[in-house]
Amino acid sequence: MSEVINKTVDEATQVAIMDQCPTADVPARSPLAHQDQSSKVAPQNPGVFLWEDALKTHLVLRGDANNADFRQGIEAATGLDLPEALQSTQSDDWALGWIAPDEWLLTGPGDQAFAMETTLRKHLSGHYAVINVSGGQTLVRLAGPEARSVLMKSCPYDVHDRNFPIGKIVNTVLAKSQATIRRLGENDWELVVRRSFADYIWRWLMDASGEYGLHLGQPDAATAARQSNPSRANPVEG
Amino acid sequence: MFYIYCPYCGEHREEEEFHPKGQAHLARPENPDECTDEEWGNYLYFRDNPRGIHHEIWVHAIGCRKFFNVTRDTQTYEIKESYRMGATPEVTHANDPLS
Repeated sequence: MSEVINKTVDEATQVAIMDQCPTADVPARSPLAHQDQSSKVAPQNPGVFLWEDALKTHLVLRGDANNADFRQGIEAATGLDLPEALQSTQSDDWALGWIAPDEWLLTGPGDQAFAMETTLRKHLSGHYAVINVSGGQTLVRLAGPEARSVLMKSCPYDVHDRNFPIGKIVNTVLAKSQATIRRLGENDWELVVRRSFADYIWRWLMDASGEYGLHLGQPDAATAARQSNPSRANPVEG
Repeated sequence: MFYIYCPYCGEHREEEEFHPKGQAHLARPENPDECTDEEWGNYLYFRDNPRGIHHEIWVHAIGCRKFFNVTRDTQTYEIKESYRMGATPEVTHANDPLS
């Protein structure tokens, strides 16, 4: 038994990595593909924008945060610092969020899952794990001046500025399910939801956003610029 | 509702994110093949039901998914402390000022 354990193993041959999307014509459907994701009649001054960031790469990284080799390996492969508890780091394409003391979630462009996984395995060694969970979850984006009000209705976690600054990531209860909530900007939130709960959470968010004026789809450039300087007073501020 | 401090997240969270997992600090008999039926039975089935200080395991199920220990007063429901696995509780029945 001990002979087997002590034998030097070639890690490259021990791990089977599969390119789950080898060519662009492999059919893929997001868990929200059946939902109508664009407003036919958009409200005049929408308070909430809701859209899906579909078919992205989701990689779960496990390892020891106190291991310098692991930290440096992640940094070399992704260009991102390993975030501290409840924090996230972000580059143009990739985002790395803290999930647990030994677990992180890396999200990025959908067609680069295999390339990133290969790069990570090249830079990491020892006791670690890289798991492609792209098919198991999806990203739902919530934006607009009333996006926080929708979250306040939907989850027990305190989403006030003083407790939830930009860049923070929290795994918590959302509606009667759960979600990983990350704050990208003043009025910009990202939810990681399980595939099987995506439909439920999408419908919940549509219902909860109704009273604020819901626009399904991303805000256009002009709207985004106007809303980055919100003139509307927020009653829950302060 | 409890408002529980998760020692791994470093924050208080609502009780609905957690699950209780029973009494903490149960030592498994070191050699199950050689212990008596009574020792094994006590380990497997018998639990304390104290009035006052109780150490219990909780898991941050909808969160960081880590297990940790909580010291709770079963009379007042007050949570005295939460501490990581492997740590020693600071509040025990012996040094509880109210017991």
